[in-house]
Amino acid sequence: MASPIISVRDLTVSYGDHCVLDGVNLDVERGEVLALLGGSGSGKSTMLRHIIGLERPDSGTVHVQGVDINHCSAQELKAIRRGMGVAFQGSALFSSMSVEENVELPLRELTTLADPVIEIMTYIKLAAVGLGEAGKLMPQELSGGMKKRAAVARATALDPEILVFDEPSAGLDPIVAAELDELILFLKRVFNMTVVIVTHEMSSAFRIADRLAMLYKGSLIAVEDKDSFQASKDPRIRQFLDRIPEHIADRESVQRRLRELAGVTGARE
Amino acid sequence: MNVLEDIGSSVIQRLAYVGGLTIQLCSGLIALPRVLPLVGKRGRWRAAIKQMSAIGVDALPMVAIVAACGGFILAIQSASELKRFGAMQLVVNIVAIAFTRELGPLLTAIVVSGRSGSAFSAEIGTMVVTEEIDALRTMAIDPIELVLAPKYLAAMIVVPCLTIMSSVSGILSGAGFMYLSENMTLATYLRYAIEAILLRDVVAGMLKSLVFATIIVHVGCMEGFRVRGGPEAVGRSATSAVVKSTLLVIFADLFITTMFYMMGAK
Repeated sequence: MASPIISVRDLTVSYGDHCVLDGVNLDVERGEVLALLGGSGSGKSTMLRHIIGLERPDSGTVHVQGVDINHCSAQELKAIRRGMGVAFQGSALFSSMSVEENVELPLRELTTLADPVIEIMTYIKLAAVGLGEAGKLMPQELSGGMKKRAAVARATALDPEILVFDEPSAGLDPIVAAELDELILFLKRVFNMTVVIVTHEMSSAFRIADRLAMLYKGSLIAVEDKDSFQASKDPRIRQFLDRIPEHIADRESVQRRLRELAGVTGARE
Repeated sequence: MNVLEDIGSSVIQRLAYVGGLTIQLCSGLIALPRVLPLVGKRGRWRAAIKQMSAIGVDALPMVAIVAACGGFILAIQSASELKRFGAMQLVVNIVAIAFTRELGPLLTAIVVSGRSGSAFSAEIGTMVVTEEIDALRTMAIDPIELVLAPKYLAAMIVVPCLTIMSSVSGILSGAGFMYLSENMTLATYLRYAIEAILLRDVVAGMLKSLVFATIIVHVGCMEGFRVRGGPEAVGRSATSAVVKSTLLVIFADLFITTMFYMMGAK
């Protein structure tokens, strides 16, 4: 098999005393859709930010296309970033620019294409996500789903090999979320993109992902294909799949705290 | 022991801030040519023109009014003292020199810092919160070049212009006072004023305005880039942009004025 397009080795990250990622290893193969799952606070967003090179790890390495993104020249990093499109959770469209200008921006900044070519390419990208007629609108005028699609259009403007998507279905209704799933599958099929998705929507993950990786309290506890993931016996995965609530607070500590607040004698030292 | 630790960490924080500001200033200076028309990146100067209008044109009435009031106040205050010595003519010198050297640049800087410094930090801070700055970085676009440089270029051009307008406005309002109180004609007033001002004063004023513009843009943008957290952090950053840039402007003013004084005293 060819070498993985993204390769994470022993990635360790901590904020203060709190260890967010603890020696994570992950390979993403060329052309696959990998869903990175995990509950809130499991470290999946942190992991994503390290894969796209926005933050430096305490230790460990991230290789993208064979290049260590934390120890490479500015030129190499620029080349890596050109080959990687990122769609952020909140879309991160530039609010002072129209949808069209948002998609044009990477083309204008990073290529020497002539204006008419840029206009045509922008239209193609917008049409591919179903926003061909919305180019002149401002981001504030778009609905949540349209914003996400515009973000995908911008992320794919330079025909990247890798598309990274943070929480595609967050804040969307099921129909729009399903449309977005189809869009991701379409991009994978047509442009043979490698897609990494961070999500906690199980239905969406099972619909689009080839493999699923599960983060639990900073460690990767499973990287498996759909079927074996679904059949997993691991209680932590089962809890996630079967939506079993976490025990939030134990009764004793709540009662103790309430006694303290009420000033009942004997509660304070 | 705790006190020492606190002092140490606060000193380190401040040094780190100054260090960060210096790095940003260098990257800003390097990125500056890329905003220029013809030699720079295509279309980038349009962003600078937009900024010039926001920083300069829109601030003009405010700067003119502040300077006019300042000029009138300065004239009244000096007149009330100088009248006793029968040296009313010196009011012209005081107003003319004070505005070209000092009050023109300073009042302009305070107005620009309040209007634009806070706007820069709020704009960039919001971009940080909405991940727009992260998006730029992942697109291999330097936020300094795209966001900061046009503001910097614009400020370097319009703040000196505003400073000239502010000095003119202050000096003219002094002329108004002299006409009302001493019946001095505008022509006489201007003749005295021009005799009083040296080229050195004008150079000092312009130099100050360039330094102030640099401080306002870089502190404003720095505060914006440093935003972490949510909308409330954006509000705090706008406040601290104005506070820090005003303070630094006054320090820089003190330094430049001392420098020119010592150069003149030799």
